[in-house]
Amino acid sequence: MDPIIRIKNLTYTYPDAPGPALDGVDLDVAPGTFVAVLGSNGSGKSTLAKHLNAILLPQAGKVLVDGMDTIDEGSLLPIRRKVGMVFQNPDNQIVANVVEDDVAFAPENLGVEPREIRRRVDEALRQVGMYDFRLHAPHLLSGGQKQRVAIAGVLAMGPEVLVLDEPTAMLDPRGRREVVGTVERLCREKGITVLLITHHMDEAVRADRVLIMDKGHIVMDGTPAEVFARADELRALSLTVPDTTALIEKLNAAGMALPLSALTPEACAAAIKEALS
Amino acid sequence: MLKDITLGQYFPGDTPVHRLDPRTKLILTVVYIAALFMVKTWGGYALVIAALAAVTFIAHIRPRALLKGLKPLIFIIVFTAVLNLFFTAGDDILFQWRFIRITHTGLERAVSMVLRVMLLVSGTFMLTYTTSPLAITDGLERLLSPLNKLHVPVYELSLMMCIALRFIPTLIEETDRIMSAQKARGADLETGSLPERAKALLPLLIPLFISAFRRADELALAMECRCYNGGQGRTRMKQLHMGWQDAAAFGLGALLVAGILLLRRLGI
Repeated sequence: MDPIIRIKNLTYTYPDAPGPALDGVDLDVAPGTFVAVLGSNGSGKSTLAKHLNAILLPQAGKVLVDGMDTIDEGSLLPIRRKVGMVFQNPDNQIVANVVEDDVAFAPENLGVEPREIRRRVDEALRQVGMYDFRLHAPHLLSGGQKQRVAIAGVLAMGPEVLVLDEPTAMLDPRGRREVVGTVERLCREKGITVLLITHHMDEAVRADRVLIMDKGHIVMDGTPAEVFARADELRALSLTVPDTTALIEKLNAAGMALPLSALTPEACAAAIKEALS
Repeated sequence: MLKDITLGQYFPGDTPVHRLDPRTKLILTVVYIAALFMVKTWGGYALVIAALAAVTFIAHIRPRALLKGLKPLIFIIVFTAVLNLFFTAGDDILFQWRFIRITHTGLERAVSMVLRVMLLVSGTFMLTYTTSPLAITDGLERLLSPLNKLHVPVYELSLMMCIALRFIPTLIEETDRIMSAQKARGADLETGSLPERAKALLPLLIPLFISAFRRADELALAMECRCYNGGQGRTRMKQLHMGWQDAAAFGLGALLVAGILLLRRLGI
């Protein structure tokens, strides 16, 4: 299948910055994949994300979304419709003072028929589990709920790709579970391609593919099991590893022989049980 | 403390007045104001008061809420009364003591001016009491949309108003937070002379403004990501519909104006 996102030798330097934020990045993403992007602060994760819907334009190289070049001004709206973007602070993404009016904002901008907007808004709110809150004021919702409204606001455009730039950074554990669960479900059930930028390893464990970024490069790329098996290299990049990996490492150092690929708590527990019996 | 501020003074409800199209209410408010200035007789005032009382009753607004709305205007009302009472020229003197002189015309004029101001304010409050700020913005946008042809950015203005309304609670929360943060650092916001207190507000306002600008930046980015590119070619999910209730409301409004004019002709 053709990749939905194809990035070739992408380079970008912010004005007045000493070095490039992105330095020759190559990346193909197949449709329907759940990709987690990890990296310490300043590694270029957000800069990469902003190239995917033409907020930033490549200074060198190419970004193609479903075959459309982001540098081509005529494809700006089709690209933005295809690639929905959710940011860190939910408070600063919500435009209207009623949940359903906010979700309607994007289709209204696109000039969709009123009746079709209604249908899309209801559907988007159901998909994120916020339909019952459609008449609420956003500022009275919890962080996780607000972020789910923000996701619904993007879903109402009917995007094929969802890019989330640290959507859980400002949320409590419960809000994080709500948001990541919603995103994962959208990917698995609706086939939406997801690019989740995060600092939380336990969120990355659920992805199909993990990218590790450092100093503007993609330094590791593989399944969560492949990437987290290289725990020492991750620590060298001042990243942590999932709790499960850390536990298995300690047990292995104490003389057990557990596979590093057991990443979810369930798989980890099963591996330990098997080794003990 | 900041949580108590109620803005927009909207009392949610589901009465025939609440259900009217916001455009109808906006137009009728303008008609009401115009009608109020046509009133020249006591009978006319009685009619307007009766109409206002009827709307208050139908909308389930407590009369006390109307009076509360008048409170901030007490100075203007007293000032109007005093000015008209003592400084109206006339020969029909009712009362005279040294330089103070009250004429019959003056008394009449004072009462009618006070009535007019009070009716004007409580009538317009009726609009904000029964219509959510969002609905008012929406109604205004649609009423003013012909101005689009004159290149007045009506849509952009109404979007600005919506966003302002949306961010008021967020910014109030933020102010609360900054206040606590500055107090924790030993800032004294509550005591001292007025200039001292004004100066103490600076460490509050500067972070608030900086954060508001940052929010604006992020919001603009998020709006762009959701394909916002101006009001052109935009559609709306919620369409406003005028129904028979609106026709009825316009009919009653016309009756009110006709009644006032009739009473004026008859001199009652």
